[in-house]
Amino acid sequence: MPSQRTDIVDWAAGVCDDLSFGAARDWVAAAPGRRACGFLPVYAPREIVRAAGMIPVGVWGGGDRVEIIRGDAAYQSYICHLPRSVVELAETGRLDFLAAMLFPSTCDVIRNLSGIWRLTRPHVYVRYLDVPQVVEPSTGGAFWEGELRTLHRELAELAQVPVDAQRLRAAIAEYNDARRLIRDLYALRREAPWQVPTEELYLLMRAGEAVPVDVFAAKARAYLEAAASDGRRPRDRARVVVAGAFCEQPPLGLVKTLEQAGCYIVDDDFLLGNRFIEGDVSLDGDPWAALARAFTTQTVRTSILFEPDPMGKRELMAMRAKAARAEGVVFAAPSFCDPALLDRPMLKDGAEAAGIPTLSFRYAENTGQFQQFREQAGTFSDSIKLWGGV
Amino acid sequence: MAEAAKDRSMALQKEMIARHFDRLEAAPDTGEKVVYTFVPGNLTELILSFGALPVLPEINALQSGMRGRSREYIAEAEKAGHSEDVCTYVKCDIGMLKTGNIGPTGTRLPKPDLLLLSYTGCFTFMKWFELLREEYDCPVVFFHVPYQGEGRMTPEHRDYMVRQLREQVIPALERVTGRAYDETRLRALLQRSRAAEDDLVAVLHAARNVPSPLDSYFGAVYYVGPIFSSFRGTEEAGSYYRELRSEIEARAKAGLGPVTPDGPLERERYRLVVEGPPNWTHFREFWKLFHEEGAVVVASTYSKVGGTYDFGFRHDPDDPLGTLADYCAGCYTNLNLPSRVQMLCDYIRDYRADGFVVNSVKSCNSFSAGQLVMLREVEKRSGVPGAFIESDLVDPRYFSAANIKNRLESYFQMIDARRAQRGAP
Repeated sequence: MPSQRTDIVDWAAGVCDDLSFGAARDWVAAAPGRRACGFLPVYAPREIVRAAGMIPVGVWGGGDRVEIIRGDAAYQSYICHLPRSVVELAETGRLDFLAAMLFPSTCDVIRNLSGIWRLTRPHVYVRYLDVPQVVEPSTGGAFWEGELRTLHRELAELAQVPVDAQRLRAAIAEYNDARRLIRDLYALRREAPWQVPTEELYLLMRAGEAVPVDVFAAKARAYLEAAASDGRRPRDRARVVVAGAFCEQPPLGLVKTLEQAGCYIVDDDFLLGNRFIEGDVSLDGDPWAALARAFTTQTVRTSILFEPDPMGKRELMAMRAKAARAEGVVFAAPSFCDPALLDRPMLKDGAEAAGIPTLSFRYAENTGQFQQFREQAGTFSDSIKLWGGV
Repeated sequence: MAEAAKDRSMALQKEMIARHFDRLEAAPDTGEKVVYTFVPGNLTELILSFGALPVLPEINALQSGMRGRSREYIAEAEKAGHSEDVCTYVKCDIGMLKTGNIGPTGTRLPKPDLLLLSYTGCFTFMKWFELLREEYDCPVVFFHVPYQGEGRMTPEHRDYMVRQLREQVIPALERVTGRAYDETRLRALLQRSRAAEDDLVAVLHAARNVPSPLDSYFGAVYYVGPIFSSFRGTEEAGSYYRELRSEIEARAKAGLGPVTPDGPLERERYRLVVEGPPNWTHFREFWKLFHEEGAVVVASTYSKVGGTYDFGFRHDPDDPLGTLADYCAGCYTNLNLPSRVQMLCDYIRDYRADGFVVNSVKSCNSFSAGQLVMLREVEKRSGVPGAFIESDLVDPRYFSAANIKNRLESYFQMIDARRAQRGAP
């Protein structure tokens, strides 16, 4: 008999498999005037979208489940895979329900994709989200607050709803709840990775990108309860951090392969935007200012933001490994990913200087052969378990 | 290989560069402070107003490419763990650093006292200076220039930049140089910039003549050198641009074409607009693929990465920090794709171009991502078919003369066929 946990995972897999975003479309169709707003990786202020009466929909590409024809006509061979599948999704009508699209300043490819949208979809509201790279309140903070206000005003106009501070506070509260649940899920996996296979966690997180936040929160809460009480047995596997997969996502088969090859993933960058802000956003005072303050003071350390601490890059992997009690770091980056691949030498040197073994490889979202990853990860795991990573 | 033909302005520029690199080499002894920064959004006048010397890593990388050194530098960086997928300017710079930091003129480059990270139109810049910070024990000051995603700069964006200049960049320069901010000095430098910018624009506009007296891509990369790098605002840059303008105007008056490395171009057969940076490792060979067919580039977008002066911008000494913000925001790669498309269409119309060529370089996503869509959009709006060729900035492994030649020859044949259909000569 299927358990509640299985039901949730099946539900998540169904949402993820639906490249036409049926769940979000259903939400839009459920009441007149509803609209959807897509966003590209990594970070978009979903609270603002929600407060403007729209459903935020993460557009994380088509993975290995969409044949790329028109997307390849838009990009040269040396550009990563994600924008191809996003163009393919758009050109095949799967994104036609999105009234707005947000393009965060993740890298130049996503930045320029915003221009492609402007050129090819003039009827869609398009905004490039240039997140601040300086954290001083008077400069970066004030700039981002202004950007958030502008975004809110324009989305509200599109959705024909008033700009309302109280609605924004309510949305912040909902996303604070979702972030707490995500933190709890990650904490449970960190403590008992055998209870929370990353394959399941990933599906749940990915589904959360395409359903209303309250729906996600209910499923996440139920999964937490089910997973915590599920008596699975631990296995002798190497605990690893998987770093670098914050934008273009690895195929699920690759995630499964890593764990089946002898690794427990105890920290990762997958779908990082859903926990980009660490901790709660304050519900006191001006909500736009609170969101801006959270961005400049509470964001994760990541390759897409400037690292102001000169030692920050060198120390990051050791800190993450220590927090997750990881024995190794797997640098898994999409091919041609500037942020991840330019960061890798600094992060890798830092990890190895701290005595943490590392494994590096590149993938594409549509990678279909996993044998080489199985062998690499298996050897890596064995080396950690047998010889302490040497 | 025959010695390249040179104008007097080229000799002047060579002298300027040699003097600058001599000063850089001597900086550890003279105590002059050194600030590394980038070409797009460079704050040269501000740096010079503090008496510091600018170093532009992209210029060093491209010079290494032209001098045949980039292959070994890139290999050195890849050996140290840098991916083959990423920007070759970065790897060339890091490889150069790891092999002694000998600059393009053969002199040793000094370590930076400050990395001024002007984050203008290129994500990789951020990683580049994070990487250099690992190598040098020096501070970084970040200057965030908002991208013009909406096709315009808002007053709020301008204010954000000015506040950063006032509250972060200037204090960092004060700390490093030990000098106080001197706005009078900055204004004087900006005044000189303005005059040089007028001369540069006169040069670029001269390509509207038929025949064009200059090549606005292969030639223009030399012409923009001083104003895009360490010399904007200096007396010597002013002299250089006056001399260059007089040379170009004299050629235009005499009805002459551009000077190529193989001598003056005798017959202009095709007038082209080019989008994208050139390949540097085979620069002369690349240029030859054009000029031996009688193709002259009359306008290019690459010659606007360090400023879009030909669309009217001039530095304004009466608003020194505001004008620096305006300058940075307007650099070509800080413009969104629709603005870039419009610029290409304007060039095709204003310079009476027969066609346009996109040179897509593997290294640079800021330029390259979206160029295929741009190509189709420009074709649609202008009615002029485009050509698409591929190479790299400084990685010689990605330059294939035969492939490029084939594509260009086919393209020129197509232009001829269209002319024949129209009954044009």
